[in-house]
Parts: sequence; C-alpha cells; structure tokens
Amino acid sequence: MFRYYLGLGLHSLRRNPALTVLMVVLIGAGVASSMITFAALRALTADPLPQKSAQLFGPQIDNWGPANRSEDGEPPRALSYNDALALLNAHKALRQTAIYQMTLSLVPSDAKRAPFTVKGYAATEAMFAMFDVTFIDGGGWGAEDDAKGGSSVVLSRRLSQKLFGGVNSLGRSVSLGGHDYRVAGVMGDWNPQPRFYAEGSINIVSDVGDPPDFFVPFVTAVNFQLNDSWGESCVSDYKGVGWNDLLRSECVWISFWVQLPTLADVQQYKFFLDGYAAEQGRIGRFQWAPNNRLRSLLQWLDYVHAVPEETRISFLLAIGLQLVCLVNTVGLLLAKFMRRRGEIGVRRALGASRRAIYVQFLIEAGMVGVAGGLLGLLLTALGVFGMGSFFDARVARLVHIDVSLLGLTLLTSIVATVIAALYPTWRAAQVQPAWQLKSN
Amino acid sequence: MQLRPILSSLRHHKLTAFLLILQTAFTCAIVINALPMIAYRIERTSTPSGVDEDCLSLAYVSGIQKNVNQQAQHATDLDALRRIPGVESVAVIGSGMPFKGGENSYGICPSASAMQEAMSAQSFDKTDCQHPDVYNGSPGFLQVMGLHLVQGSDFAEGDYSTGDVPTAILTRSLAAKLYPGESALGKTMFQGKTQIRVIGIIDDVLRPMLRDAGQDHLVMLWPQLPDDTGSTYLLRSAPGDRERILNEAKAVLVKINPNRLVPEAYQRTFAAVRHKYFQRDVTMISLLIASGLGLLFVTALGITGLANFWVQQRRRTIGIRRAIGATRGNILRYFQAENFLIVSFGIVLGILLAFALNLTLMNFYELPRLPLYYLPMGAVMLWLLGQLAVLGPALRAAAVPPVVATRSV
Repeated sequence: MFRYYLGLGLHSLRRNPALTVLMVVLIGAGVASSMITFAALRALTADPLPQKSAQLFGPQIDNWGPANRSEDGEPPRALSYNDALALLNAHKALRQTAIYQMTLSLVPSDAKRAPFTVKGYAATEAMFAMFDVTFIDGGGWGAEDDAKGGSSVVLSRRLSQKLFGGVNSLGRSVSLGGHDYRVAGVMGDWNPQPRFYAEGSINIVSDVGDPPDFFVPFVTAVNFQLNDSWGESCVSDYKGVGWNDLLRSECVWISFWVQLPTLADVQQYKFFLDGYAAEQGRIGRFQWAPNNRLRSLLQWLDYVHAVPEETRISFLLAIGLQLVCLVNTVGLLLAKFMRRRGEIGVRRALGASRRAIYVQFLIEAGMVGVAGGLLGLLLTALGVFGMGSFFDARVARLVHIDVSLLGLTLLTSIVATVIAALYPTWRAAQVQPAWQLKSN
Repeated sequence: MQLRPILSSLRHHKLTAFLLILQTAFTCAIVINALPMIAYRIERTSTPSGVDEDCLSLAYVSGIQKNVNQQAQHATDLDALRRIPGVESVAVIGSGMPFKGGENSYGICPSASAMQEAMSAQSFDKTDCQHPDVYNGSPGFLQVMGLHLVQGSDFAEGDYSTGDVPTAILTRSLAAKLYPGESALGKTMFQGKTQIRVIGIIDDVLRPMLRDAGQDHLVMLWPQLPDDTGSTYLLRSAPGDRERILNEAKAVLVKINPNRLVPEAYQRTFAAVRHKYFQRDVTMISLLIASGLGLLFVTALGITGLANFWVQQRRRTIGIRRAIGATRGNILRYFQAENFLIVSFGIVLGILLAFALNLTLMNFYELPRLPLYYLPMGAVMLWLLGQLAVLGPALRAAAVPPVVATRSV
C-alpha cells in the first residue's frame, strides 16, 4: 500500500511541477535559514567547559561603593589587586586563580627573525587543573614559581611550533616583553570558547577562535609590572601614577575564578565573601553594606552578554521567516489537495476509508518534506561555509556542520511539512463522495 | 468597484483567505520591526566624525626596549615621516581618536563650587561636571586632524608638555554643556586639583566610541605630548596617496629603529578604522535587509501561488462574467481589489502583532518603542507587494475568453 501511495503522490506532484517546486523551495529556504542561524547561535552559546562549568564560579566584590556603582547596582566585573590577593591567600575554595590578559612583544632568539606580538595571560598554577588544560609536553610551573614568582612560561602548541619547530621546547628560553622565561609546558589543543576566563577578552571578537599564546605566573607578571592589555578600570577621581600606586588602588583589572564542587561549598564561599567585605568595612575601606556576587560560569556568560546581539536577532528573524514559509505551505497544500476533490470522491466511493485518504495525503506531504529537507541541507551547508563573508570571519570559524545539525535539518523540514499538511489532509478526508460524484 | 461580491466570494474560501491574511500579518509585523533597526544602524554608520576622514592615515609603532626617550624618538620619527612625498602634515597623537574605541575620559567641572559639590557627593552625576574624552597630540595635531577652530586660538608651542596641562580647547557641545548661555572662552575649569583655562572652541568632533545622543561630542583637546611605549602617527595626505604613504611610513619607521614592532594590522587609513568600528553594524544591516527581502519574496510567492490557484478554479465563473458583459478591466480590477482587501486585513492584524513583537523584544534587548511612522511605511510596502504579486494571475484571469462559459469542464 505504501508503495502505491508513493506512486500516487509522485504522480500528483509531477502533474503540477511549478506548485511542487514552489513548496519545496519554501520549505528548503525556511529550514535552511533557521538552521544556519541556529548553528551560529549554538556555536556561540555552547558551554566552554561542559564537564567543569557547574563547579566554576566568578566572585565579584563591590569595592567602589554606591557612588561609583553602575545603574543596575552591580559590583565591578573584575577585582582590585588587593582583593584578588586576599582571596588567593584565603584558600577558601577547592582551587582558586587570578587571571589577567596581556599583550607582549616576543623577540625570537634567532636574531634574523623579526619580533612579533603575542597574547596570553598571567594566572596561578591552579588554573591548569581548574580549566582542564591539556599538555603535550611538561605541565604547569609548580607551586614554587607561583609563590616566588619564577620566570616560567607555558606555551601554546602553535607558538612552541613557531619558535622551536618540531623539537621539544621544554626548558628552552623565551624572551617575552624584555624578560627571559623558561618553558615549563606546552599546551595541547585546549581552547574553550568563548574565552570566559578573563573579563576583557570575552566580548572581543578579534580573540574569538584562537587559543591563547602563553601563560605566565601571576606573581611574576605583577613583579615585572606587566599591564593588563585592556587597561584598568578606576573610579573617576583616581590620580595614582605608576605600578605601585595601581597595586594599592581600588582600580579593578583582575579576573578571579574559584572551583566549588558542591552546593554547600558555594554557600560557604558566599558566606566567606560577605564576611570579607564586612571585615573591609570594619577596617574602614568599604563604607557600605557588602554587595558581592558569585556567578557560575554560565550565569557569568549570560551576564556579560557573551553572545553577540546580532546572532540572537538573526535567529529570531529566521524563525519568523520559517513561520511564514510554513503558513505559505499550508495554503498551497490546501489548494493542491482541494483541487483533487473529484479524485478523492472517486477513491472514497470505491471503498477507500478516511484513514486511507489520510495516509495517502500525508505521504504525499512527507515527500515534499523530504525534498524540501534535501534542498535545506544543501542550502545549510552553503550557508555555513559562506558565513565568513557575512558574519565576522572569526565568529564563523566556530560554526561547523555535524551529523546532528544535518539530522535536525532533515527532521525539521519533514515534521514542519507534515504539520503543515495536517489541516489540508483533514479537509481532504472530509470530502463527501456523493457530492463530488454528483457534480460534473 | 463593489466590495460585496468579493467579500461573499471570500467567505467561500475562508481558510485560504485567512492563511493569506496570517502570512501577510507575520511579514508585516517583522518588516515593521526590522525597519527601525535598519534605519537606526544606517544612521549610526553614517555618523560624521568631525575630522577630515578622507585625508587621514594612522601608523602605529610599539617599542620593545624600556627607558627609551620617547620625545626624542618622536622627533626623529616625525621628521622622517614628513619627508615622505605626499605627506602634507603629521603629528603623534594620544590614544583618543574618533572610532578608535576605548575611552580616555576625565571628570571636569566648570567651577570650583561644582567641583566641591561633586567631591562631597562622591559622584559627578547630577552636578554641572562632565566626563568628556580627551584628544591630545604633538604640536599641530589640530590641523592634521582637520579640526576647525571657531573661537579663540590654538595652543602655543610652550603649552605642550607630557604632564598636567594648563590650557584646553573644547568642542562646541562640551562648551555649551559646561557653560550654558555664556562664552566658555577664558573660563577656568577644575579637574581634581588642577586648573585648566579654556583658550579655544572647535566645531564638534566625535568621541572614540558612540554613546547616547547628547554625549557623542563631549571632547576636549589637551596640549599633552603622548609618552607611551606605543606611538600612533597621524598622517595627512591626498586621499589617493594614503595606501602608498602607509607602506612607506612602515619602511621608514623600521629603518629608523629596527628594534620596534610595526604590526601590519595597525597601519591603516582612517576609512579602515571607521569600517572596523562599524563592522558589526554592517553585518547586522545586511542580515536584516536579507531576511526582510527573503520574507517579502516568500510572501509574494505565496500570494502569486494561491491567486493562480483561484484563477484556475474560477475560470468558468470568470467566463460567465465575461459572457454577460464584464470587461477585461473589470476582471483585472476584481482580483486586484480582492488582493487589496486581503492584504489590508493582514496589515491590520500585522500592526497589532508588530506592537506585540516590539514589546517582547523590548523586554530582551535595549530597543526603543516602535516609532509610529514606520506603520504606514510597512503598510504601503505590503500593499505594493500584494498588487505586484497578484498582477500576473489577475492578467491571466482577465485573459480568460467568454467562450469558457459555454463549455462544460
């Protein structure tokens, strides 16, 4: 029976090719537009560290007070050096790390090669375990370098390759920003996106996609007076000059992350933060009630609007487009099916049940859906490959096609077409055979 | 044209008519919401900066060694850059420049009492003080940028230093904000404990980043010499010379001191700076326009498809009408009027939907309330689209010969 209906459907679709093509194009274009934008949205809203994100939290401390607070009453997004140091030394979380971004010039040891700029971060050793950094050689720099500010560096695989070719670079020396560092480790393909870990780099499109070039110990970076590459945010009347003033100031520039495995740990850490702020109040530093935040990684991404606005808007637009395509398809199918009242009447009179009519017409619609889906697949693939010329090329690099996207495209178009066909099919099944046979 | 026969005929095709109305309504709602977004972004990307955009290029060089005498280095660089054929003038500038992004703002008060008030409130809000951005550079940077002095005078050579500045030049907007109703020229401003005298007023120039209206042109110029390890040279030339001059500038800078970085990405014309600043807006504009056109196209396809179907279905009726005296024009206008009626219903529903969509979007994004004048624009667009889409089928209907009435199907 199924094959008979397939044959009937094919025959009917061939009888009016223009209408059929129109429906297929509508479904294909509608599905492709929402799939392309969905792929972009999915790439940009993906959890950067799925296995860890639930345990990672970013504390914020209000060291600016009501006078400098933003309108929504939120504390600054980064910490001052004083607060970062206090939280590091308190050891109240399973692991904690302070991070900031820097851009340094690298002078290759080979004098013939021109110096170039590299982007990386200052962090503490705990970061490697917290963010599940993978290594192909060596590892972190160890507790001693963390405490005493040793000149160690962890390189990305790409930078290590660029500097030393294929050979093992462990223990080799790298001149970064005028200081020599010893290579302690080379990272594997570790590259969570977006780069949630440092405040400045989340919304910077130019950093999307690439892994960081290096990590150096936090204490070392502070000793060498290496500035944050996005600059510090200070209260408007800050008049300090130079590095030591900056360290003592309320200027914020350091991102901080803690690992809290259980809910109880989270509660305790909140309690600790409030206690810390209250203590700062007692010693006269804060003249206001504690106003702290402890956001989980995903809450943090949401808070800083890590997903570009245009991605969401374009997804909404695509959904709108698909809706219109669908309504359109309902209309066209209705027109198509109702034109065959005569045929339906004959089939019913010859003994076909309502059920048989349902099956026949849903199969016909399903065929349109499959054809639309195939066209949709093609358009989606073209769209994703061509995204670089539309979206920012680096954002586009994150977007990729996989089996689930292809499956979803096909499924969406078939389901959408069958849903669109439900009402027209019902109407077709309601046709009274006697009526149709009588006229004409 | 009588509407009654059309309405009664539509009553026989309630659902198809309803689907057309629904589709028109969705399209209308989305287009009406997209139009102001497009208009807003086009307006944004075409904001004039206030500097001579077509004549400017920026060359950036960053030092590697510490403890270099930046001022001596600047003098050498400037001298060499000036010798490049085609360079009309050149200056080293600070971090501030329209469309460069970032912020370099300072709190400044028009009087000592306002300063006191701001200090005691621990906030500049609700006082007469302002937070303008600062543009600074080496002598002559006003002329290189192409800023027009409208009152007062330019900085004297002796005003320039690397430290606190004694004098400043304000934009018209900033002068009007700080000293409403009086001339700012010669007034003394307070910045913390420093006092700065206003010696000139220039035509408005944009801040490095766009902000709310009314805040966009709050800029003051300082005779402060840049002293960072990275230096930006602003070169002025004829528009056609910019690319060549940038290449030569790069070579010159490397030749003077090879131990410096001259990153390719930071040697750019002002047009490139502007393009980069608005890149996301341009993406958004093209996305909105593409999906808007897609929607209109799909809607037009749907209208044409269904109208074609109707015409086929009514061939006999049309034949009868023709046989009893209706002209081709009558038939044509019948279908046009029918389409007009359907689209009109769609527009009414669409406008309601547009408001609902706008309210929903306002909850999630920082969008303004929908300006009312976009409603007639959206309506006219859809009416035109409907008429265009129905024209083909309507002409085909008009071509049905009266003889059809006499044939049985």
